[in-house]
Amino acid sequence: MSGAGTTLLEVRDLHTQFNTLDGVVRAVDGVSFDLARGETLGIVGESGCGKSVTALSILRLIPPETGRIASGSIHFEGHDLATLPEDEMKRLRGHRISMIFQEPMTSLNPVLTVGTQIAENVVRHLDVSWKAARERTFEMLNLVRIADARRRLDEYPHQLSGGMRQRVMIAMALSCDPQVLIADEPTTALDVTIQAQILDLMLELKEKTGTAIVLITHDLGVVAETAERVVVMYAGRKVEEAPVEALFERPLHPYTRGLMAAIPRLDIDAETGGRRPRLQEIPGLVPRLTQPIVGCAFASRCTLATDRCRAEAPPVVDAGSGHTVACWEAR
Amino acid sequence: MNVPRGVLEVTGLVKHFPIHGGLLQRQTGAVRAVDGVSFTIAKGETLGLVGESGCGKSTIGKTVLKLIEPTAGKIVLGGQDITGLKPAAMWPHRKRIQTIFQDPYSSMNPRLPAGTIVGEPLENFGIANGRERDDRVARLFERVGLRPDAMRKYAHEFSGGQRQRLGIAKALSVSPDVIVADEPVSALDVSVQAQVLNLLIDLQEELGLAYLFISHDLAVMRHISHRIAVMYLGRIVEITDKRTLFSTPLHPYTEALLSAATAPDPKRRGKRKAIVQGDVPSPAKPPSGCHFHTRCPYATAECKVTSPPLREVAPGHHVACLLR
Repeated sequence: MSGAGTTLLEVRDLHTQFNTLDGVVRAVDGVSFDLARGETLGIVGESGCGKSVTALSILRLIPPETGRIASGSIHFEGHDLATLPEDEMKRLRGHRISMIFQEPMTSLNPVLTVGTQIAENVVRHLDVSWKAARERTFEMLNLVRIADARRRLDEYPHQLSGGMRQRVMIAMALSCDPQVLIADEPTTALDVTIQAQILDLMLELKEKTGTAIVLITHDLGVVAETAERVVVMYAGRKVEEAPVEALFERPLHPYTRGLMAAIPRLDIDAETGGRRPRLQEIPGLVPRLTQPIVGCAFASRCTLATDRCRAEAPPVVDAGSGHTVACWEAR
Repeated sequence: MNVPRGVLEVTGLVKHFPIHGGLLQRQTGAVRAVDGVSFTIAKGETLGLVGESGCGKSTIGKTVLKLIEPTAGKIVLGGQDITGLKPAAMWPHRKRIQTIFQDPYSSMNPRLPAGTIVGEPLENFGIANGRERDDRVARLFERVGLRPDAMRKYAHEFSGGQRQRLGIAKALSVSPDVIVADEPVSALDVSVQAQVLNLLIDLQEELGLAYLFISHDLAVMRHISHRIAVMYLGRIVEITDKRTLFSTPLHPYTEALLSAATAPDPKRRGKRKAIVQGDVPSPAKPPSGCHFHTRCPYATAECKVTSPPLREVAPGHHVACLLR
C-alpha cells in the first residue's frame, strides 16, 4: 500500500435534504470527515441518523426528484463530487468508488447472469475486451471464494444463497480496483455464521487490495471488529469521532455512552445473583428532522443537558489523540 | 426429560410443508421445517429458541399457537392437550397463549384507534365491554409505558417502539399464561430495544408469564432467557440453562454460533472465528444423519449416517451430537 495515511476523501459540511409532504427533511445536517488511503472508517448510528444518506451523497445517488445535496463539498481525486457533472460521476461510480448494499438481491439484475453483470462493469470502466473482462470476472469470483466459479459465471442471482450473492456484490464492487468501497449494512441481512464469513472476507480483501472502506452500520459489534476509526451520527449530525479503541474505551458523547450501555452483551457476564440486569434505556425519541433543530439534537434525551445545550448547537471540538466530540458538557 | 411440569409442554413436534410439482401438482417432497422437537416451559420462565434462517424456530411458534396444524407431536397447554383441537374448540384456550410479532404495525388495522385495537380481545372473549373495557385498556396503556390519551391515536402516529408496546398491551389484555414472542426487538433501534426488553422482563416478573422467545440474536437471547434451545434445520441440537450454554457449549453448531458473533469491544478483535464454512442446506433436502455434518469441522463417517438423539449429558443439559 503506497501513500497510506494520506487523505483520499474529504467530506466538508455536507447538507443533504429531501422534500416530503411534511416539509424539508434535513437528513444530513452539516457532516464533515476524512477518509485516509487504505483505511476502514465506520459510520454508526440508529435509523434516520443520516448514515446511509451520507453514503448515497458521496456516490451522488440521491434521487433528484425528491432530494439534493444542498451545500458542502466532497473532495476525491481532485474532483468535488457534490457538484461533478453526472457523466463524469458515472465514470467514477463502480470504478474509483463503488458500493455494496444490505440486500444484494435488490441490486443485482435478475435477468442477467452473474458473470455478465460483473463483466459489464469491467468493460464499461476499463478499456478491455469482453473476453478479458470475463476472465477478470472469473478471477474476482475466485478472490471472493465462490466455489466452482467457472460454473457460477453462468448462473442467475436467484440461484445463489444470500451469502453468495453478497460475495458476488463484493466481487463486482472490487472488479475495477476502486480506491473507496462504501459498504452500507453489508452483513445485516445475513445469518450470524455467514456474517462472520463476509466480514472476514472484506477485511482480507482490504489487506490485499488496499481499498479504503466506509462501513455503514447500526451494529456496534461489527464496527468494533472491523473499523479503524468511527464516526457516530445522530439526527443528521456527527456527534463523535475517534479511533475505534478510544471510542469503545472512553466514549465521550452522552449519546455514544447511552448506545453502548443499551446493548445486551455477549462477552460480559453482567448477571447479578441470578437476576437479569436492566439494560440502560435512552429515554424519549429521535427529534423530527422536518424542523431545523435548535441547539444540540440530543438535548431532549440527554441527562446532562443544560439551557446552553438547548439553545446553541455544540461545535465539534478536539478532545486529543484524534478524538473529537460535539458536546458542551462532555469534553 | 426430567423437568418439572410446565405451562407449555411440547413433545415430538413435527411440521412438514408439502411441496407440489409437476403437471398434476402431486406432492413431490416436503420442507421438513420442524423435525421432532420437544421442550417444556415453566411459569415465569423464558425459553429462548435461537437459530439461523430456516431452522424452524418461527414455525414452532406458529404451531404452538395453533396458527398452523402440526404434522405430528403433542402440544399441552396448562395441562390440556390442544394438539388436535379444531378452531372452535381451540377458541377458549387462545386466551392463555398470546403472541407478539416482529412488526406489530402489519397486524394493526390502520383505520382503528389504538385503544380499540388493544381492547379488541377483551370484547372478543367477552371479558369486558364499554366503560369497563376502556378502563382496562387505559390501565394496560399505562402498564406498557404509553399515555392513556394515546388511545385515540392511530397506529401510524406511533414510533416503532411504541407500536411494539401496543402489541404487548394487546397480548396482555386477556391475561395469558404464555406469550410467544417472535423476534420482538429485531426491527427496533438499540436504544428502543433496551426499553422493550426491560418492559418484557418487568412484566414477566410481575405476572409470572412464560415466554417462548424466538430470536437470531445471541446477545438479546442471553439477556432475556433462562434456558436456551439452539436449533439447526428443524431440530434442537442443544438445550440448557443460559449460563451453561455460554460457558460450556457442547454442540459444534452452538460453538460455531458463539464464535461467529461480534462483540462491541475492539480488544476482542480477531477472537471471532468463522468456524463453519458454506451455507445452511435447504430444509427440503436436509443432509442425512446429523443435519450439521456437512458444515461440521469434526464430522466423522458415522455422523453422515446416524442421526444423533438429544441426550442428557449433565442435569438439564441436552445435546444431540455423536461426538460429545
